[in-house]
Amino acid sequence: MTDTLGSTGRDWRRIGLYVVLAALVVFYMMPLWTGLMTSIKANALSTAPFLPPAPNGFTAVHWTRAANALAGGLVNSLILAVPATILSALLGSMAAYGLTTLDWRYQVPILMLFIAGIFIPYQAVLIPVSKFWAVYLPLGEYGAAVGIPKWLGDLGGLIVTHVAYGIPICTLLFRTYYKDFNDEMIEAARIDGASVHGIYRRIILPLSVPMFAVTLIYQFTQIWNDLLFALVIVGPGQGAPVTVPLAQLGASLSEVGFGIRMAGAFVAALPTIIVYVLFGEQFAEGVST
Amino acid sequence: MREKLVTFVRTHLRRRRARTDGGEVVTERSSGFVSDDFVSSLPYWLPPFVVMGLAVYGAIAWNFMLSLTDFQQFGNPDYSNLDLGMYAQAFGDPVFQGALQNTFALLVAFTLCCLVAGLLVAILVDQQIRYENTLRTIYLLPMALSFVVTAQFWLWMYNQQNGLVNMFLGVFGLGPYEWIGDPALVLGAVVFALIWQFSGYAMVVYLAGLRAIPTEQFEAARVDGATTLRMYWRVIVPQLKGATISASVVLMVFALKAFDFLYSLSGSYYPPKGSDILATMMVRQAFNVGHRAYAAAIGIMLFLLALVIIAPYLTYQYRRGEL
Repeated sequence: MTDTLGSTGRDWRRIGLYVVLAALVVFYMMPLWTGLMTSIKANALSTAPFLPPAPNGFTAVHWTRAANALAGGLVNSLILAVPATILSALLGSMAAYGLTTLDWRYQVPILMLFIAGIFIPYQAVLIPVSKFWAVYLPLGEYGAAVGIPKWLGDLGGLIVTHVAYGIPICTLLFRTYYKDFNDEMIEAARIDGASVHGIYRRIILPLSVPMFAVTLIYQFTQIWNDLLFALVIVGPGQGAPVTVPLAQLGASLSEVGFGIRMAGAFVAALPTIIVYVLFGEQFAEGVST
Repeated sequence: MREKLVTFVRTHLRRRRARTDGGEVVTERSSGFVSDDFVSSLPYWLPPFVVMGLAVYGAIAWNFMLSLTDFQQFGNPDYSNLDLGMYAQAFGDPVFQGALQNTFALLVAFTLCCLVAGLLVAILVDQQIRYENTLRTIYLLPMALSFVVTAQFWLWMYNQQNGLVNMFLGVFGLGPYEWIGDPALVLGAVVFALIWQFSGYAMVVYLAGLRAIPTEQFEAARVDGATTLRMYWRVIVPQLKGATISASVVLMVFALKAFDFLYSLSGSYYPPKGSDILATMMVRQAFNVGHRAYAAAIGIMLFLLALVIIAPYLTYQYRRGEL
């Protein structure tokens, strides 16, 4: 309204703005687009990396091969990510309730310990964690003794690990949400005779559904994407989550191998991409908290 | 109101105790440490606290003890003979010094560039544009992907003969460069790829910060005749201090943990030459070389680095009442 530029100047500025925004779309999408195009070319070098294959150069063989090679890993990642996500979100919600809605002294120092836990570099705990699962609580071997495959037991250890290290961020997410809850609502419920457990079950949990969506999506992505814990606790083999075999493709393959490599990257990323496309808003909320 | 509530809760609890115990057990608890709410809150936060506390603080303490021993992969740690030998060894080790330098270079370059890129994109997105949600979703998408996945994409982008990056630079008569293979270039290439992946995150944080600034301030600055650029620099950017601080803490911690990406570039514990950071060195020493005590010491030093970043941040947040 009070713009000093004339209307044509403004129009040009708008156009310039959209050009830059479109260029940014190209920038952010190019590695994925190039990967997608390369994954459907019979010969990766037949056309420029970002161009689609020539009409007779299309192939699905990279995708089927990658899917076959990573199928086991995908199943393992699901076995890992689903329970670990749900458990860490639930524990985070409980901790946040006990430290926010219920009010007692010294809860802030406890909360600080939770929050500091978010920022721990896992390298500082890696040796104890691996030693714990290998020597003190070898779930894989316990399982094998009662007929459960060893890799499934090892995966159990990985689940517990992800839950333990996921609790801090889940607690913080729920904490920021519960902090804005109306105190009077809770007090009114108490006056009506609701117990602490009743308030959690009947008031807090139902109101937490949007935050559960945010936390579940964030945690699922984090756990699905992790390589370090998977590598150290389960390692390559039958129980390996999908990131482990994918990472070991490494730089060893020549250009000819890039077709299957790109297809593999997409196969491994597909669940997170689907979750992201469906729940992008919640993901954005999770990361920006 | 509050007193009424306290009385109510007390009688309520008394009633319940009487019911369960069968007798009239009246425990008068005043507002000390052991208040009623403290007791009833225990079942909620204590189990997660114990699990998390053991996993985080217990493990760090254990790791610190291990770093004082001479523990190797095979055999058991001997806790009777503790010293700081591993730390002394680290500071005399050229590999460690190189990794430390790379860690700092990565940390600083990555965090600063991400913040600047994120801020610029956020300002562009904040211009009441059409398709805002779609664009935001696209810009943030790389962050939802695993480091392992993005490493595959960037290996292809950086490929010396046929990669898109060299193809693009070739248009301007530059290159081709060996991005991953050249120790002088690899760290820059890694930083660029990580900026691609995380600038969307900085954008989301800045966008939330921009939205929190009242519209009048934008307009007031316009009326004053400030050019758009000056207005942003003088009026808007200083108000984004909170967003800058929280975004940079998260980004720096991500940079310390960039292990997954570097591991995936080479598919081994030895990242491309010239890109070894403390995070990759620690894992290699522990699980490839088998020098566990040395690795534990590196882990502790990484933890201290993280602490230097997060302790002031938590204090700052606490003072502002954000916790």
